[in-house]
Amino acid sequence: MANEYVVRTKDLVKEYTMGDQTLKALNGVSLDIYRGEYISIMGPSGSGKSTLFNAVGGLDKPSSGSVFINDVDMAQLDAQELAYLRCHTIGYIFQTFNLIPVMTALENVTLPTVFAGMSTDEGVERGIELLELVGLGGRLHHKPSELSGGQQQRVAIARSLANNPSIILADEPTGNLDLNTGKEIIDLLKSLNKDQGVTIISATHDLKMLDVSDRIVWIRDGQIAKVEERKDLDIRIGEMEGQEALH
Amino acid sequence: MSEPVSASGTVIRRQIKLPFTKAVEISLKSIRIRFWRSMITAAGILLGIAFFASVRMSAVFSHAQQTRVDEKRATLARGGKLSAEDVILINSAAANAKEEAAAGTRLQWLSIMALLVCTVGITNSMLMSVTERFKEIGTMKCLGALDSFIVKLFFIESCFLGFIASVLGFVVGWLVISLIRLAMDGVEVFGPYFWMQSLRLCGQSAAIGTVLTFLATIFPAYRAAKMPPVAALRAEV
Ligand SMILES: Nc1ncnc2c1ncn2[C@@H]1O[C@H](COP(=O)(O)OP(=O)(O)OP(=O)(O)O)[C@@H](O)[C@H]1O
Ligand SMILES: [Mg+2]
Repeated sequence: MANEYVVRTKDLVKEYTMGDQTLKALNGVSLDIYRGEYISIMGPSGSGKSTLFNAVGGLDKPSSGSVFINDVDMAQLDAQELAYLRCHTIGYIFQTFNLIPVMTALENVTLPTVFAGMSTDEGVERGIELLELVGLGGRLHHKPSELSGGQQQRVAIARSLANNPSIILADEPTGNLDLNTGKEIIDLLKSLNKDQGVTIISATHDLKMLDVSDRIVWIRDGQIAKVEERKDLDIRIGEMEGQEALH
Repeated sequence: MSEPVSASGTVIRRQIKLPFTKAVEISLKSIRIRFWRSMITAAGILLGIAFFASVRMSAVFSHAQQTRVDEKRATLARGGKLSAEDVILINSAAANAKEEAAAGTRLQWLSIMALLVCTVGITNSMLMSVTERFKEIGTMKCLGALDSFIVKLFFIESCFLGFIASVLGFVVGWLVISLIRLAMDGVEVFGPYFWMQSLRLCGQSAAIGTVLTFLATIFPAYRAAKMPPVAALRAEV
């Protein structure tokens, strides 16, 4: 684990062609993310956050440019190596939770361990441990439909941790939650970041995220507008929250 | 064992292939949970096979009946005595033989058509089931499922349904025709020939039903497996 960067992107470009128009959802994004960092990607709707998220997570191929995860160029990986990466190295958290509706909380959390080839007993043990960690020890056998939004997102967080990933990618993890629940989820992510040293990369509009982030990357029209360290930001948070109220 | 290593020395690992039993476990769970949708898929196969089995069983009965008639005729030719019932049997058999043969062939064709229609039905049903599960499949891929695993899930699910439904379909078709024949011709046709043929046809029905469901699932399963995870994640519920 000598390498300092977990994720590096180089001149990422993602084009979408619609008819005879091409839209550059990402237009030359180069970003280095340190191991153990909590990084927030902020930007208005349509600025390319999800597109970046998908490219970094190996869910979509960029039109040009490269993504390095632990210094491995993602483009050189075949399907099976990519699956390993998705299973072991990256944990995903989605705005819409994306739990498997027909499985219980525990089964959802255990699923990645199944794909990793862990034995059932071991997987269940790990699942229970993780659900307890996110405060859902009493809801092991509930279906997602029997859980609140915040609880579902906790299950999703527990699931993302199942195989001890070094990176957690979260695309608007608080987007579908109310203010307080959102805050709880953010605190949970932050504590995972601090206690387990997981790198957290989170795309968000949520200004509450600023508080816990080590760095904030502002994206506009598919380009990095600026990167800020949190310590440079403290003074401005009051001002930003004023702006949020306007929306 | 030497593993490929990136320029900087990071070991690149490959995802393991899951044992078959895991796929079976997950597909059976999926059938159980989506019980009613599964039953509708199964009903299509069941009806197709029931029709097929009933047509084939009719042929078996006609053959058994014919054998019986031939035996009586032989008895008669040897100068033996026949009961009044047997005479009626011989006469009606002579009248029916041609008609029955023609109807039989027509029905055989119909039953093959029915099976084809039911194959298309299964494809449709499995495609819908894939669409329904877009998001789920995409999520599984994000969690490390290989394409081959997704394919296995769909194949196991449909073949299992196909097999069960075919056997049940055979039982339904067999029972209906047997009861009708029992009422029409009495117990005499239920000889060893009948039981042997029933057994053979049961195996045949199960095999045909399972193979057809398998064929019907190739395209839907391929589509599910090849879907890029992003497409799946974007899909609204
Ligand atoms: N599959 C697609 N086909 C065409 N255009 C797309 C596609 N996906 C995204 N885009 C476009 O790319 C741009 C960036 O989209 P993206 O989803 O990354 O935005 P975002 O920053 O995540 O927005 P939001 O905050 O609303 O989620 C948008 O203009 C969008 O219309
Ligand atoms: Mg988005």
